[in-house]
Amino acid sequence: MNKATSMNLKINGNIKSFDDSSMTVETLVKQLNLLGKRIAIEKNGMIISKSEFQNITLQDGDQLEIVGAVGGG
Amino acid sequence: MTQKKDQLLIAGKTYQSRLLVGTGKYKDFEQTRLAIDASGAEIITVAIRRTNIGQNEGEPSLLDFVPPNRFTYLPNTAGCYSADDAVRTLRLARELLDGHKLVKLEVLGDPKTLYPNVIETIKAAEVLIKEGFDVMVYTSDDPIVAKELENIGCCAIMPLASLIGSGMGILNPWNLQIIIEHAKVPVLVDAGVGTASDAAIAMELGCEGVLMNTAIASANDPIMMASAMKKAIEAGREAFLAGRMAKKLYSASPSSPTQGMIS
Repeated sequence: MNKATSMNLKINGNIKSFDDSSMTVETLVKQLNLLGKRIAIEKNGMIISKSEFQNITLQDGDQLEIVGAVGGG
Repeated sequence: MTQKKDQLLIAGKTYQSRLLVGTGKYKDFEQTRLAIDASGAEIITVAIRRTNIGQNEGEPSLLDFVPPNRFTYLPNTAGCYSADDAVRTLRLARELLDGHKLVKLEVLGDPKTLYPNVIETIKAAEVLIKEGFDVMVYTSDDPIVAKELENIGCCAIMPLASLIGSGMGILNPWNLQIIIEHAKVPVLVDAGVGTASDAAIAMELGCEGVLMNTAIASANDPIMMASAMKKAIEAGREAFLAGRMAKKLYSASPSSPTQGMIS
């Protein structure tokens, strides 16, 4: 059997596949071209502060919500 | 002689403008910005939503046009139907806005009318205040609920004038008056204002401010309506401070002298 070399993450309700079997939140943010954007991230229901992006590792099956501010009343 | 400046005080911070505006429903961000400028608002509401992933990169965002360092952002919980969802949304908002504490809590009860669910609102307010948020709370015009929200520790009570987006104006000025008379925190009308006179009436009743979105964004000329609202809020506030004359059905005291009439 092949060792897992990819993983699936559920991001904002959609499954996305990644080639790495694990990566940090910071790497994900870079891959999604969200670096420097004003966003907030929740992983499996818990908020990850920006200062922790480089320390938190993502695993297959993690569920993420990535949000921003939009127009609203 | 020095006159004390008339300012809006919310959660320890003062504001010159008593008009708070939403940023939804505009044609584009340019129109949003021009309308906000014309309104003179310092506090603007924003919604928290999923970021577009992998599409329209480099697309401009609201924050480019309405910079958070120039305005006080008031993240809201629009679209939330439970206390849990509202709390979750505002925790994300606090992270998004670098620890920002001032928030607008609204928990809706019915998608058709957008009437607030005050039971879930109270639950959410209790949690948020324990977590250190400054909560401006959208609620019905029930004076008892308003008082309860104040007792929990909300920094501003924001009853509806009429239903969100309805433009029906102030349907129950008497309840608003009771809420205002009993509140020790600012009361702001949030939702239902349709045109400038509605905003002026809210201020004449003694509201500390008015929050609106649709009345400006859905006007034929949103930028001119924003300007009209600014003036209405200022006029209504001054009229409130000036203290209106007593109403009477008729007066035996004409405005012009009765002496010196030609004959």
